[in-house]
Amino acid sequence: MIAQALMRRRERRVLPGFGLSLGISLTFVSLVLLLPLTSLVGQLSQLSWSQYWFLITDPRLLASYAVTLFGAGVAALFNAAFGLLMAWVLVRYEFPGKRLVDALMDLPFALPTAVAGITLATLYSSNGWIGRLLEPLGISVSYTWVGIALAMAFTSIPFVVRTVQPVLEDLPAEVDEAAMTLGASDGHAFRRVILPYLWPALVTGTGLAFVRSLGEFGAVIFIAGGKPYETEITSLMVFVKLQEYDYAGASAVASIVLATSLALLLAINLWQGRFIKRLHGGRG
Amino acid sequence: MSIRISQIDKRYGRTRALEPIDLDIHDGELIGLLGPSGSGKTTLLRIVAGLEQADGGSIHFGDRDVTRVHVRDRRIGFVFQHYALFRHMTVFDNVAFGLTAMPRARRPSSGEIRGRVMQLLEMVRLQDFAQRFPAQLSGGQQQRVSLARALALQPDVLLLDEPFGALDAKVRQELRRWLRHLHEELHFTSLFVTHDQEEALELSDRVVVMSNGRVEQIATPDTLYRQPANQFVFEFLGDVNRLEGDVEDEVLTCGDARVAVPGVENGRQELLLRPHEIWLGEQPDARAHLPVSVTAVVPVGAEVRLELEADWLGEPWLATIGHAEFERLDVKRGKRLFAQPSRLHRFDTPRPQTLAPLATS
Repeated sequence: MIAQALMRRRERRVLPGFGLSLGISLTFVSLVLLLPLTSLVGQLSQLSWSQYWFLITDPRLLASYAVTLFGAGVAALFNAAFGLLMAWVLVRYEFPGKRLVDALMDLPFALPTAVAGITLATLYSSNGWIGRLLEPLGISVSYTWVGIALAMAFTSIPFVVRTVQPVLEDLPAEVDEAAMTLGASDGHAFRRVILPYLWPALVTGTGLAFVRSLGEFGAVIFIAGGKPYETEITSLMVFVKLQEYDYAGASAVASIVLATSLALLLAINLWQGRFIKRLHGGRG
Repeated sequence: MSIRISQIDKRYGRTRALEPIDLDIHDGELIGLLGPSGSGKTTLLRIVAGLEQADGGSIHFGDRDVTRVHVRDRRIGFVFQHYALFRHMTVFDNVAFGLTAMPRARRPSSGEIRGRVMQLLEMVRLQDFAQRFPAQLSGGQQQRVSLARALALQPDVLLLDEPFGALDAKVRQELRRWLRHLHEELHFTSLFVTHDQEEALELSDRVVVMSNGRVEQIATPDTLYRQPANQFVFEFLGDVNRLEGDVEDEVLTCGDARVAVPGVENGRQELLLRPHEIWLGEQPDARAHLPVSVTAVVPVGAEVRLELEADWLGEPWLATIGHAEFERLDVKRGKRLFAQPSRLHRFDTPRPQTLAPLATS
């Protein structure tokens, strides 16, 4: 029975190279992702549950969770709005230098995050170009949550732009036009027709930006300053513990970051799958 | 509501999409814009809709000058070739869109909207599909939703851009008939674009034939077919056979073929004839000696379609004959016959001429 079922599946597959390509992919995934993860779990296994619980509920660490989540949340929301605007401008209008702006969008991915961090820290420090202007207004960026959110937003903006852009390009002009012929105002058409169309991509992009921000390290530490309980982010805590040769402690904190990211990514994927199924005629 | 289009023209960069065009559409008329792709018919439709701006000229709906009116305030209904339904909304919400998009002060109550939408869905026979999503419907059903959506606001003018172009032949036929009925019932003024002659002739009260941004002829389907204004219209509205040769003393000669052409002056001439204007016989005639051989036979439908070839012909002729005639002549592939034109058309004269070589003797 099973053999028969397997045979039938084998026959049905038309694309060649399934076994080989999947094999190589899995090997690679194991080496690059699973092996390090296993060692993380290995480190964790040295701890008892109560030790683990004690480590991850350290007040200083709890404060860092709050800072990280808040910073990443602000950054993601900012990127949702700004990234959508950016994608809109890049798709809907023609202007000189458009290709350059388009290419610049990927810069945060290409730039070493430490370089971004140092640049931002220099610009926004109280005697930096921009920091100097903001100081009299009572806004200080470096060494505050604003700086953290700013650095996180900088490194994660491409996620939103690059997920929304292709969907917006696919949106037929006819759909816009149909809304207009039906008397809809620009605002109404955007809210009821364009935004719902972009919604899955926008949520996915924002979610990815959020997850990325949770784990951001290089760009943030320089501008954040790392004041305990105030501007310490969770990934910095991992670094601090490593410097103290507390591998088990570092692993415990890392496991929290990892679990949160993984859960979020999984949630985004599931949600997106359901949404898309509905658009294609399922009863989601 | 009547539509008056005067001196509308349009350029895209250096190419001229529309020569200045004048067109009057009466209240309740169904007008087909017919032409090959690139003839400017869709551009004209989109200008009437307000989706594109003309470079010059004016458009009136009744007495209202809408030339500078934004598309959303023109009170038109527009049906797109690829339906352009909002795919994230149910059929009900799609049809209700125009009503719910109204400013609060003018918007009907949700109960009224509900009633109106269900009434429209009933009209397009989709009342059971109200809660479906567009992707769950067939192409023909989607186009009906799109039509109901366009009619929801009771537009002054209904515009359709190749409405049945994306559908298969059978559904297209059905929707055509159905649109015709709907038009007879509701009497909306309507302008639709098509490249399908049959569709234009079947649906329209009058047809506007366009090519290269110009109007070639505006006429009822009947007039258009029987009295085409020029060669373009003649060729576009059906199959055409060509006969080219030198005329001397009212006889056209081409290789070993010759035919009497009364009233045609000497010189090189091109004459045209439709497939049903060819008679076939076993023997030549004093007036026509046109030897042909049959290269293809399609005995399907009311008539038999034959493809005829000869060395004096540039491209093969298409002829249609009755089944009785077909059997009498015992037509087979390779059979040699003699053609006799019952009519010949000329368009190189100031006014189109039709000759009947067999009638005069």
